Order: sequence, then structure tokens, then C-alpha cells
Amino acid sequence: MNPIRKTAGEKTFDLFLYALFIIIMFITVYPFWSQVVLSISGDSSAYATGVRIFPSDLSFDSYGLVFQYKPLWIGYGNTILRTVLGVALSLIFTSLTAYPLSKRGLPCNKLFTTLILVTMLFNGGLIPNYFLIKNVGLYDTIWALVIPGMIGGFNVFIMRNFFRSIPESLEESAKMDGAGYLRIFWKIIIPLSKPVLATVSLWVAVYHWNAWFDSMIYTSDASKQVLQIVLRKIIVENNVDDLNAVLYRAGQGSKFSGRQLQATIIMFSLIPMLIAYPFVQKHFVKGIMLGAVKG
Amino acid sequence: MDGSIPHIRGKTEPAQRYRKRNEYRTLLLMLIPGLIYFILFHYLPMYGVVIAFKDFKITEGIWGSDWVGFKYFLKAFDDPQFYVVIRNTLLISFYKLLFGFPAPILFALLLNEVTRVRFKKIVQTISYLPYFFSWVVLGGIVISIFAIDGPVNGLLGLFGVDPVLMLGDDRYFRSVLVVTDVFQSFGWNSIIFFAAIASIDHQLYEASIIDGASRFKRAVHITIPMLSPVIVIMLILKMSHILDAGFDQIFNLYNPNVFHVSDIIDTYVYRKGLTEMQYSYSTAIGLFKSAVAVVLVVSTNYIVKWVGGKDHTLW
Repeated sequence: MNPIRKTAGEKTFDLFLYALFIIIMFITVYPFWSQVVLSISGDSSAYATGVRIFPSDLSFDSYGLVFQYKPLWIGYGNTILRTVLGVALSLIFTSLTAYPLSKRGLPCNKLFTTLILVTMLFNGGLIPNYFLIKNVGLYDTIWALVIPGMIGGFNVFIMRNFFRSIPESLEESAKMDGAGYLRIFWKIIIPLSKPVLATVSLWVAVYHWNAWFDSMIYTSDASKQVLQIVLRKIIVENNVDDLNAVLYRAGQGSKFSGRQLQATIIMFSLIPMLIAYPFVQKHFVKGIMLGAVKG
Repeated sequence: MDGSIPHIRGKTEPAQRYRKRNEYRTLLLMLIPGLIYFILFHYLPMYGVVIAFKDFKITEGIWGSDWVGFKYFLKAFDDPQFYVVIRNTLLISFYKLLFGFPAPILFALLLNEVTRVRFKKIVQTISYLPYFFSWVVLGGIVISIFAIDGPVNGLLGLFGVDPVLMLGDDRYFRSVLVVTDVFQSFGWNSIIFFAAIASIDHQLYEASIIDGASRFKRAVHITIPMLSPVIVIMLILKMSHILDAGFDQIFNLYNPNVFHVSDIIDTYVYRKGLTEMQYSYSTAIGLFKSAVAVVLVVSTNYIVKWVGGKDHTLW
């Protein structure tokens, strides 16, 4: 590729670059890897100081134990539910909002666009939103996690711009054949918009998978908590009482250090994301270039 | 709009007009659920900020509570913690900007010098990884990594440094915030710079190679100048979020030992509002932040437009 032969200095620089990036990769991956190591180490002193690359005494016992921890499965169920519902509702209502706005001739288009744009700049803040959720009866329901963020202004504009890039002639010919807008939307626009729909669904899905704050303030019942909140109790608030109760019932009281169990719990959130990551990552990067809001 | 329409319009004018009215009716109907959503879940809470100007009591409701004007804003200006919180917000944001902003640019510039495409792709893909995890999970990992007997202290121990619990120590807490913030976001933030580098005209490089420019000179005299508009725009856009010091991160990492160096506006609003139930006071502080933030976003948006970054503005 490079027509000029590399000088000795450049070769050293190349070596330096490769070394640098290998170190950067190590620093990026190690924190995650350290949790893997910790979770599958057999000894209770699993965190003897220093950087440990491999587990000392392979054992999956801590997984067996964490498996018996019920709130984890409740959390999983709620997280999956909110992700599925959230993505479905977002896709339907975001595209339904974006399509009319993609028509420049729509009466009051400017007004509607501004109305949405303002919501991207300003929001009522914590307390007003909290009381809204309480007053409309969403508190402690799964809907409190799904509906408030259902349509994002940014996603509306991304979709609108994509819809605008679809050749108008396709719609015109369908109109000639007597198709109404609803039909055109469903039969022509949606099938042609798969790339943008995929990107937006992934954004929304990752958002829901990781969301925790809304669950913390809008739900209080133990049966309504999402996975991130279950994790938070154990790994951030260090509240391992429930987990210890499971331990004692299993008669394995002192075998595991708190940090090892925390690492195992972390794995339960890491693993699904790591599996989906290569796929999700590609679409995310495409999506970031989808571009500008205005138009 | 296209060539065939005038002909048809001439023949079926009334039907066409009827159609036109009808077609917009359908479109407007499609818009209704979205409008209801935005009014209910965005504009209603915006109206709700009036409780910052009232003595809000749950029993009286928003309507029934008494107006108190700027009482709670004046209370904020008399509250020493309010200034601590603003100072912390600005300091943490500033340090994050200072280290977090150049990191992705340097990363992109250096990785661009790597010629093996596969290696480059792998490094890039791995660099995005931390961005996909919540601060609950990252917080747990950070707590574990920075533990008194964790790897960071283990590594420092090799250089003879005594172990410290950095997350419980006000001298180190902010540094941990900055380092872990850079760790989470440098890869993701570099995407825009990689895209900008990829769009540079290759002829520039070819011409400079013929003129005998070294790799270093090409980076300094071509890549960096060509990147500078994007860099300026990104910097301005970052400035507009200077009041967002990272609620998710701090909320999952801080503890009472380090409140005085890590309590930011958002965490203070949360604690005043939902922990101490001082609803009006909390809303007043939140509104103060929102007002400043809107001014920042709107003005930076104009500045970005003015420096020619139309693709990156909001409107």
C-alpha cells in the first residue's frame, strides 16, 4: 500500500503502535475479564492482590448458588418484558409519528416539528415526572418503564429523514393505484425502512436492557424490579442479605467471598450483552452516522 | 410533483382536490397518538415545574398549593451546599472534558496509522465495548477493580505504593471518575473522528507522498487540519453539556465519605426531592439547571452553525 519503504524510525514507531494498542485492548477488556475470573475461581481468597489473568482453581459452584436466587429471575423476566414491550411500542409509535412529518406539505408541519424539538431541549425534571407517573396510575406497573420514553425526539427525526430519502415515485405510483397513506405506509415505507428500523430498535433495546433509574423511582414492589435494580442492590448497595439467606439454606455459608458472588451476579448481566454485542455494535455504529435532525 | 401530474390534474381537478384533503386527514390522524404522548409525557411535566414557585404539598395537589414566587430559588442561593454542588459539577465536567475530549481524537489518529485492517477493526470493536454497559454493571466492576485488595492497588503495590481505597478517599475519587469515564467513552466517541478521517480525499496523501512527506508530516499537515472543523464542533457541543457531570456514574459510585467532592446538581436534586421529599426545593434547583442548559444548548447550536457545522446542529 505504501509506496515508500519504511525507515528504521518508522518501523520502531509501528512496533510502538502495536504495543500501545495491545495495552489499550488489555485495559479495556481486563475489567470485564476480571469478573469472569473471579466468578469461576474455586478458592474463597479469589482476589489475592494483583492482576490475575486465569482462575486459580476452576469452579462453577458460585453460579449454581446464584441460580437459586429468585429475585434474579424476576429481574430477568421484567427486563425482558420491558425490552420487548419497549421496542415494539417505540417502533410503532415512532414510525407512525415520523411518517406524516416526512411530508413537507403536511399542514402545520413546522409547528409539530418544533413541538417535538422542544422536548429534546427541555424536560420537566425529576419531581414533576415522578408525580405524573403517580397521578396517571402507572406507578408500580411495567408501563411506567415503557411508556414515558416511548417516543424519542431524536428517533423521530432519524426516521423522518430516512422516510424522506425513499423515492417519491414509489409512493406516487401506489397512489395512482388507489392506495391510501395508511396502506402506503404499511406496504411500501415500512418494508423499505428496515435499516433505520433495525437501528432504532437496537438503540431502544440497549436502552431498556441497561435502564435502572426509572425502575428505582417508579417501582417499589419486589415483583416489579428489573435486573439492573437487582444487581444494584447486591453490587452497589452491597446488600447481600437475601443472597446470604440463599447461601445458608444451601449450607455453603463461608465458601464464597461477597465479591465473588457479586462478580457472578455481574456475569448474569454481562453474558447476554456480550453474546449480542458483535451484532448490536455494527448497527449502532451505522446508526450514529444516520445524521442530522433538522431539515 | 413529477412529470405526469399536470396532465392528470387538468382532467380530474375536483377529485384530486378531494383526494388531497383526504390524504392529509389520514396523515394527521396518524400523528394523533404521538401528539398525545408528547403533550402528556413531556408538556404536562413541563407545566409541572410550577411547583418550584409553589409550596407544594401532596395533600393539596399542584393546583391547591400556595404560590410562593422565588422563595425556593432564593433558598438555593442561601444554601452553602448549592454552591458546593455547582462547583463539583463544573469541576468534574471540566476534568472529564480535559482528558476525555482529546482521548478519542488521539486514539483515532494513532489507530489510523496502523496499516493492518484486521487489527484495526478488532481494536475499534473492542474499544466500543464498555459503552454498552450500564453504570450499575460498570460501577460494580469499578468497585471491584479499585478495591483495597483489587488489581489497581496490586499493580501500584509493585511500585511500592501503599494500597488506598480510592473510592472512599476524597483525594482520589474525582480522578477515578475521570479515568473510568474515559475508559467507558473514548472508543465510542472516536467513531465520529474515524468517519472524518475516512472522508479525507486520498489524493492529498498521494500528492504529499510524491513530495516526500513523512508519515508524521502527513498526520500533522493533512489529517489534523482536515479534522479540525469536526474537532471544534464536537468541542462546542460538549461544552453545552457541561452541567451534566454524569449522574449514572456518580450515583452508582459515590458514598457519604466523598459527598463533598462528588455531589453534583443531579444527585443533589435526587436526594432533596425523592429522599428528603423537599419537592419544591428540588424542582427549583432542577429548573435552574435546565434553564442554564437550554441557554447553553441554544447558543452553542448557533455557534456551531456559524463555524459551518450544519450537519451537527439540532435545527
